[in-house]
Amino acid sequence: MIRMTTDPIDPDALRRELFDPAAGGYCAFEGWVRNENEGHEVLRLEYEGYEPVAIAEGEKILAEAAGKFPSLHAHCVHRTGMLEIGDCAVWVGVASAHRDEAFKACRYIIDELKHRLPIWKKEHYTNGDSGWVNCERCAEHAHGG
Amino acid sequence: MKTITVRYFALFREQAGVDEETLSLEATTAADVFEHTKDRHGSSEPAGHCKVAINDEMADWSSPVEDGDTVLLFPPVAGG
Repeated sequence: MIRMTTDPIDPDALRRELFDPAAGGYCAFEGWVRNENEGHEVLRLEYEGYEPVAIAEGEKILAEAAGKFPSLHAHCVHRTGMLEIGDCAVWVGVASAHRDEAFKACRYIIDELKHRLPIWKKEHYTNGDSGWVNCERCAEHAHGG
Repeated sequence: MKTITVRYFALFREQAGVDEETLSLEATTAADVFEHTKDRHGSSEPAGHCKVAINDEMADWSSPVEDGDTVLLFPPVAGG
């Protein structure tokens, strides 16, 4: 299951959804909004996503992870909208019979979704500038390059 | 000529100044549509850093486009 939300992510509630008597291990990753990127002080992050394709591609990633590292349940939630420092932007949780599959599936899912889901983030800096992360042209603009 | 609806996201939307537009153009592949919009809106982001979807399905730059398709142009992604 993957979903996108503009509401705050509640990792405890999400973790409870993964409980399974057959699970001997659970591994989760939380991505938090950091106050700095490449030497620039960040005030907040603005996330934008295109849900129809993000959900479809996210389901593919979860299916790939299930094929490579069989687990009992794997869920992912990505937040969009304006996020403040310390907010949870993304959560991945995997429950499996043994810990190895949980660690590996969790790592695979977060790594792949960062590169594949149509989700973008705009950094708002303390100096008033802003820039889309990973876009060369806007980075040049925002950083005065 | 084909009629193609192009949807822009994030940086591309800001550069284009619109969420989407319908264009009449000579285009065989998604890459042709992208090149056309780059010229139109002055974008310099290399295609290799970007992604494309056609009618809500992820596609390749070499994917063919048909009359009436909606091409979604995704600038470099940054989830997580």
